[in-house]
Amino acid sequence: MPDPGRDQLPERRAIIRDGLGVGVATGLYGVSFGAVSVAAGLSVLQTCVLSLVMFTGASQFAIVGVAAAGGAPVSGAVTALMLGTRNTLYGLKLAPLLQFRGWRRPLAAQLVIDESTAMSVTRESTAAARTGFLSTGLAVFTLWNLFTFAGAIAGNLIGDPRTYGLDAAVGAAFLALLWPRLADRGNRVVAACAAAVALGVVPLTPAGVPVLVAGGVALLAGLLTRNAADPTEIPAP
Amino acid sequence: MTWWWAILGAGIGCYLLKLAGLSVPARVLERPLVERIADLIPVALLSALVAVQVFASGTHLTVDARAAGLAAAVVALLLRAPFLVVVVVAALTASLLRVVFPGW
Repeated sequence: MPDPGRDQLPERRAIIRDGLGVGVATGLYGVSFGAVSVAAGLSVLQTCVLSLVMFTGASQFAIVGVAAAGGAPVSGAVTALMLGTRNTLYGLKLAPLLQFRGWRRPLAAQLVIDESTAMSVTRESTAAARTGFLSTGLAVFTLWNLFTFAGAIAGNLIGDPRTYGLDAAVGAAFLALLWPRLADRGNRVVAACAAAVALGVVPLTPAGVPVLVAGGVALLAGLLTRNAADPTEIPAP
Repeated sequence: MTWWWAILGAGIGCYLLKLAGLSVPARVLERPLVERIADLIPVALLSALVAVQVFASGTHLTVDARAAGLAAAVVALLLRAPFLVVVVVAALTASLLRVVFPGW
């Protein structure tokens, strides 16, 4: 990979500025996670540990959603882990580009999320990719955790979250995460089937299980399209 | 399993999934079938989460203010609104509807 010299400083600034912008937008949204989490019955400390250790929005909302619905902790944990597998895929794409070795790698790993991947995977040099990855990842990490704490504190004060439509906000958050992937027709079919299966199973199983059952749609669809021509690419998150 | 165990277990697990991606040689997981299923899992799970979050109430299916919130979110997404706006629009819609129709 070519390494950009000092003459590419303006590009570097632009990448950092974009990264911080994404960080602010995503971080602010941590307020709603904090508020939803305490409304689901988790403590402020548990909420903050989720943002610090798990640090991947969809998984965090999923585990909290199971808690809110009165589901079993193990259902929440498994759903969170299944959603977390996409970060493994991001890591595979990022590894040759970022080239992090030694002690840097386990630190960088925590920052592998939708946003940092989107802001670095398209760069043409290792330096530019690292700049995009680190500026976005660190901005999101810092602000997401600060705003999670703020949201958790506020959530404890505001009372019934339904008054503020926080329960509707969670569905909208999942939809916003799903939206870019719906550009693909095959994905739309899988999404529709998964939603139908999940709703069909709701009356039959405890909370949290319907989503796991719907995960089976992904397995089935993957196996059934085994002979399809080209393997899908990771869509930009 | 208590919620603390679920939070710590899944939290550390999610971290290890990230680290695996950066550490495992790409060849190990870069098989068409594995890659395709791994791409489809978030699609299926996120879609199921939307459905359950909006239309389930315990083990019952129901249509209430959350559905209106979701419809508002779709409109916001079609207008290419940023993430935070989508979420706030959905929450505001549901909360205003509940002012008009209490208990909905």
